[in-house]
Amino acid sequence: MDLAYTPEEEEFRARLREWLGKVLPTLPPKPSPDDWPARRAYDLGWQRMLYDAGYAGLHWPVDAGGRGATPTQHLIFLEETEKAGAPYVGANFVGLLHAGPTIAAEGTDEQRARWLPPVLRGEEVWCQGFSEPDAGSDLAALRTRAWRDGDDYVVSGSKIWTSHAEVADWCELLVRTDPEAPKHRGISWLAMPMDAPGITVRPLRTLAGSTEFAEVFLDEVRVPVANRVGPENDGWRVTMVTLSFERGTAFVGEVVASRRVLGELAREARKNGRWDDPALRRRLGRLNAEFRALWRLTQWNVSESERTEGVPGIGGSVFKLRYSHARQELYDAAAEVLGPESLDLSREWTLDRLSSLSYTIAAGTSQIQRNIVAERILGLPKGR
Amino acid sequence: MDFQLTDDQRALRTGVRELLTGRFGREQLRAAVDTPGLDRALWRELGEAGFFALRLPEADGGVGLGLPEAVLAFEEAGRALLPGPLVATHLAAGEVPGAATGERVVAAVDGTLVEWLDEADVVRGDVTGAVAMRSADPLTPLHRVPRAAPADPVAILLTAAEQLGSAARTCELAVQHARTREQFGQPIGAFQAVKHLCAEMLVRVEVARGAVYAAAVTADPLDIAAAGLLADEAAGQGARDCLQVHGGMGFTWESDVHLHLKRAWVRARRGHSAADAEEALAEDLLSPAAR
Repeated sequence: MDLAYTPEEEEFRARLREWLGKVLPTLPPKPSPDDWPARRAYDLGWQRMLYDAGYAGLHWPVDAGGRGATPTQHLIFLEETEKAGAPYVGANFVGLLHAGPTIAAEGTDEQRARWLPPVLRGEEVWCQGFSEPDAGSDLAALRTRAWRDGDDYVVSGSKIWTSHAEVADWCELLVRTDPEAPKHRGISWLAMPMDAPGITVRPLRTLAGSTEFAEVFLDEVRVPVANRVGPENDGWRVTMVTLSFERGTAFVGEVVASRRVLGELAREARKNGRWDDPALRRRLGRLNAEFRALWRLTQWNVSESERTEGVPGIGGSVFKLRYSHARQELYDAAAEVLGPESLDLSREWTLDRLSSLSYTIAAGTSQIQRNIVAERILGLPKGR
Repeated sequence: MDFQLTDDQRALRTGVRELLTGRFGREQLRAAVDTPGLDRALWRELGEAGFFALRLPEADGGVGLGLPEAVLAFEEAGRALLPGPLVATHLAAGEVPGAATGERVVAAVDGTLVEWLDEADVVRGDVTGAVAMRSADPLTPLHRVPRAAPADPVAILLTAAEQLGSAARTCELAVQHARTREQFGQPIGAFQAVKHLCAEMLVRVEVARGAVYAAAVTADPLDIAAAGLLADEAAGQGARDCLQVHGGMGFTWESDVHLHLKRAWVRARRGHSAADAEEALAEDLLSPAAR
């Protein structure tokens, strides 16, 4: 058990820090959260800077145009960029962390050449068309249909919770190509151009008041068969393969950010006098233990995936269960620190508290995660 | 960074587990419950195996290993519910003659409690005015003393390791039971209400494991404080959930679940209080280094 970073890893960190110190002051001002075109431009601009400096697609395989970095280097990258206050992955999220890796793993040479470089260079934005109004936790129940018509699929149906849909160039789309097959076996993965006729995007307002994602309605949208990645009806497997790309690093930035917020809470409490309440101090101390442990568990999972060169996969469910809950507790503690001001939406933590309510739902609800942990790690039987 | 067990550490863990399964399996555990007292022969065997001398330099007749290895050994002891003043004797190795080899049993004052006072050959700390208690744990005789001893961080860490082992074990016991016990025509583990209890048990174990192992590597008092909090939670709540999964059988004397729960309660009283640990970790948030 070794928590020390190797000289190579420390050198990687030092060079990255130096670069961040140089480029972050040159960034344009952050766009308004409601200005989606401006957010797209800002996020793509940041991706271009990463590309020019050799940090784009750090964790992608070299033959896909990535840097083939180790999971530990990726952890260091995410830790340092978060600590330095660098922009988030933002609009590049689906391209860099899901659609891109899927194409890298399952695409043909032509598909890789067409779609991967623009993601790395910060030229194209991808969104995700997986969930549907009637296919949430039970994603494989999705009903959006695709029929073959010559060299095209004709796609009709609707998708939901699609982030960046208004400004995306491409959508990684799961469609049902064989309605007769068992539900996991009749799905295909398509790259749908977002400017195709028949696509309607309707923004969804979240309980925090923002429009973070959208519904996407598809009315006989034509998608070339050549845009299918992987074999027809094999889309479920194609999609699941990619989850291994995270390799334990999915929440690195968020844990670093949580620990920063926790320090800010303590200082705010000291300033406004609530620090005198031992119950509050103990609550913050307990959260310190919690996030220290989550950081160690992150290092553990990353080291594990570095050793096995494979899928931490389900270990991620264990982490997400605890982290999502802890993050919500963090903002509940923030409300305790703020007192009546916790009702003021102009306080950053108030909005963050509202946003954090999605953490136990998005990317697999806590209930689904517990099923995964119980059935796939502990080997408990599936319910009827 | 390579925050995983080395091959040697895996081998050590396997070795200790095999020793304890062979020498202190379920039969011996239940025999120990029925016949109070410390098994001196087992204590000497532990000494011969290097359990107490693990961290002593080889030049002093020790095994020459570090805190991570000690933590792995104590995790196994916690799994097996191995009785006796293990932490006190381990800490006395090299300081009290005979402790390292298991020839002498060393007890110590921890807070205002002393475990195994009557069985000990040597007691560290002031036990003037010690009064015997009717211990809640049938495998840990307890005395109360008027003057509290300060907490030792290494003792807190090794206790956390025992809690971790116990938590991992109660999770396994719950899962085994949930897979085999049938009600309403199916294993109870197929019901989500039961399944989710088990999943949460594992989550607590794995979070505590990260904290305990990291504290063993850094030996930092705040890492140790965090490890103690999370391991106490994993062991205490894990034993209760294990009891719940076992239903009525879990409430019986013949089930082992209560032995884990009671020992977890005893261990949670060792070292500093949860309040002190939380206060120290809160203070840390204000330190410039935490930014």
